[in-house]
Amino acid sequence: MSPRPGFVLEVDRSTPPTLYWHGERFRMERLPEGSRVIYAPEPLDPLTDPSAAIRHALRHPLGDKDPLPALLHPGMKLTIAFDDISLPLPPMERPDIRQLVIEQVLDMAAEAGVDDVELIVALALHRRMTEPELRHALGDRIYDAFAPNGLLTQHDAEDPDALVHLGLTDQGEDVEINKRAAESDLLVYVNINLVAMDGGHKSVATGLASYKSLRHHHNPQTMQQSRSFMDQHKSELHSANWRMGKLIADSGVNVFQIETNLNNDAFPPAFNFLQKREWEWGVKDRLAYLGASKALDRTPAKYARQIFHSVKAPHRMTSVQAGEVEAVHAVTTDNVWKQQGVVVEGQTDILSMGLPYISPYNVNSILNPILVACLGLGYFFNMYRGKPLVREGGVVIMSHPTPWEFNPVHHPSYIDFFEQVLSETTDPIEIAKGFEESFATDPWYIHLYRTGHAYHGVHPFYMWYWCAHALQHLGAVIIVGGDPAAVHRLGFRVASTMADALEMASDIVGTSPTLTHIHTPPIFMSDVQ
Amino acid sequence: MKALVFERNLPRFAASRVASVFGSGRGAGIGPLQLLDALPPEVPGSDWFHLRPLLSGICGSDLATLDGRSSRYFEDIVSFPFVPGHEVVGVLDDGGVDYAGTVLAPGTRAIIEPVLGCAPRHIVPPCPQCGSGHYGLCGNIAFGEISPGLQTGFCAGTGGGWSAAGLVAHRSQLHTVPDGFSDEDAVIVEPTACAVHAALSGDIQPGDTVAVVGAGTLGLATIAALHHLIRPATSCTVLAGAKHPHQRRVAEAMGADTVVPPDQLARAVRRQAGSLVLAGRLTGGADVVFDCVGSSESLTQALAMVRPRGRVVVVGMPAKVSVDLAPLWHRELTLVGAYAYGTESTTGPGGEPRRTFELAIDLVTQAGLGSLVSAAYPLDRYEEALVHAGAAGRRGAVKVVFDLRNRKGHNR
Repeated sequence: MSPRPGFVLEVDRSTPPTLYWHGERFRMERLPEGSRVIYAPEPLDPLTDPSAAIRHALRHPLGDKDPLPALLHPGMKLTIAFDDISLPLPPMERPDIRQLVIEQVLDMAAEAGVDDVELIVALALHRRMTEPELRHALGDRIYDAFAPNGLLTQHDAEDPDALVHLGLTDQGEDVEINKRAAESDLLVYVNINLVAMDGGHKSVATGLASYKSLRHHHNPQTMQQSRSFMDQHKSELHSANWRMGKLIADSGVNVFQIETNLNNDAFPPAFNFLQKREWEWGVKDRLAYLGASKALDRTPAKYARQIFHSVKAPHRMTSVQAGEVEAVHAVTTDNVWKQQGVVVEGQTDILSMGLPYISPYNVNSILNPILVACLGLGYFFNMYRGKPLVREGGVVIMSHPTPWEFNPVHHPSYIDFFEQVLSETTDPIEIAKGFEESFATDPWYIHLYRTGHAYHGVHPFYMWYWCAHALQHLGAVIIVGGDPAAVHRLGFRVASTMADALEMASDIVGTSPTLTHIHTPPIFMSDVQ
Repeated sequence: MKALVFERNLPRFAASRVASVFGSGRGAGIGPLQLLDALPPEVPGSDWFHLRPLLSGICGSDLATLDGRSSRYFEDIVSFPFVPGHEVVGVLDDGGVDYAGTVLAPGTRAIIEPVLGCAPRHIVPPCPQCGSGHYGLCGNIAFGEISPGLQTGFCAGTGGGWSAAGLVAHRSQLHTVPDGFSDEDAVIVEPTACAVHAALSGDIQPGDTVAVVGAGTLGLATIAALHHLIRPATSCTVLAGAKHPHQRRVAEAMGADTVVPPDQLARAVRRQAGSLVLAGRLTGGADVVFDCVGSSESLTQALAMVRPRGRVVVVGMPAKVSVDLAPLWHRELTLVGAYAYGTESTTGPGGEPRRTFELAIDLVTQAGLGSLVSAAYPLDRYEEALVHAGAAGRRGAVKVVFDLRNRKGHNR
């Protein structure tokens, strides 16, 4: 039986309560009659032989690019860059796609007699990965062959000796990227394309760039003009990256792009109920939900977090394509839509969402309040094509405990951003003007980014900018079950129950609003007609 | 007439100390402080005045004494029984002439500068400290014609402000209340003088980053002193740690550039100074830190956020504290105390050095510090008053005072 497409349910009297993520917990909410619940398409069938598919893609590239074996020769300098810990979500069961792809690239390089090969984690301004995380992504064989010899490095956006300035785009944007990558005879970039934003020219132009380069598109103005940044053709974020990508290519950097699509099978069988439509829950699903829910309610958040972060997703690869960046990315984006697209008729007054424990920036860490905002307003709000799911002036209701809690190792500048910046203003433009540079150049954050496992000092700003379009668009944001102090610091409202949230929302959208709930996991993209 | 009298009574000391575990001031009813009938103290000499208190503040040092948390260092420089209350504005019963030669009519309102140095003790010649105007550092506070006592309010012979029977003050201790000053303005002058002296002890240089730990009366007045007396010449940046929301609001109103909860202060200083962090302390940090609490925790925090060769000024009265001094040694820090007041290097219009109290009187006007008086109690509600003062921050108050004007108490 082929996977079913996405579905928009209209709630009636017979509709069972709807499952909401609530951080490391779940909530069941009975939504008002007439509400819509959007369900993602079911997972697409995976490739039956991923290794063969990868080999085929490398040997039959798309666009104006020779097959990979033809690009490899003795004496050349080969660099393989790959996506970092932020993808996929949750981290996938072994073997990770990066391992599968890179093993084949390395095999071909070895066959061609290429000796000078280096691997680079394209982490931009994200935190450095730990050894276990790298071993998970690459497999022990690759890690042991490269890491001990210093041939597996993590991009350092603050090392002036490891960066090269390639020039300015026609819009005056600096393009400064990893020197080793830029000066290689061939740069192979290995992507995991979980959402439509990933990949394309963004891979190199963002993943291997410096702050000097990133600031041209990671800013509130760009985000407000990206509607959404998940829709490449209406995204200023993408336009800037594409300009930079063109300059990178014109500078002679030879990029061989590899992009991979995953199905949306995000949780192992014990959590099957998460991805099912509630009215289709069987006895096993109900028992699994009750068991998990009751156990989590009795588990301190810290331990519940550990449990969830140990979960590995059974994601499977549905396609792989390689070759010239734009040709590859066009196919990848189509494939993302095939897995994630749901057609939705018209906008809604209230958009509700249950936020999970994880986002791209807190793998093995805490979803702090800034990341809560970013996950809801940056990611979920922007998962649309056409127009936002919620109308202008509408309300977003998110469900998450939003504790005033940060991981000081991973997110040190987030703490200061939350304490010092958001206490003064929540306006992204004011924040950018008044605070960004001092955080971006703070020597302590730079030290922690370069030597520890900290996100760059400017990263919380980017998370807040990610929310800029939503903040401009919405009439109010309400968090159900959030810590009042933390929610107020974000500039949002807090409600103890969904009923209270709907009551509060009625001040903005009237007493008979339309409500649409995005049912995750898995994630999906709304094609709003 | 009634007065609150503090007697040497070991069982009551012990009881008070135990009760204070449940909150500062909780031992008022069972401790060594008792509301007794009292007569006005004898005037020790012709240059002394009898004064009827109008308002008398409850200070952190009073509470520490009451709670049995004071250092034993003070044992020989107080005399029992004494009537506490060294923050006093009162009315003179008789006329006379004050230290500056001003003729004072009966009924004149006056603020007491409570230090009992060589002049009140009729010690001639005065000790070198008093001779140079630093009365707070007087070496003769246990000698001379009156009982031992570092200040009025800790001396058996002078009485103190927590008394309807009044107290006596030497002419050198009197400052006329300026016209337009409310009693609340006047009663806040003494702690303000402590803050002024502390701010001037900071040796703050142009462009310095200054941190203030604690936002009780002393902390808030120190912020005001830094803003009005130091910042104009130095453009210093002032960051403050304040525990309670109303303290944060007042600290901002007093002129702090950044006000954060105490646990965020080190991070705010780090951001301001652009410092790194090593072993839990800043490698750079604030140039000067004012510790307006005086506890082990606040001193540890101050030492961790001051830069190498920086200065920590201890403003709040400490007792026996436990602090790791390795950073002080390794980073060549300067740890200085700032006690009371005297004469400052700041000069008046004629080039004459000014007494700290004069500067404090000006500052109270400039900064509106009288507004820090949050609650006033009649003497017979002293237990309530002391509990309120002991929990002032939590209860949204700053300075709690006794009101001896024959009015009922009030909360502002």
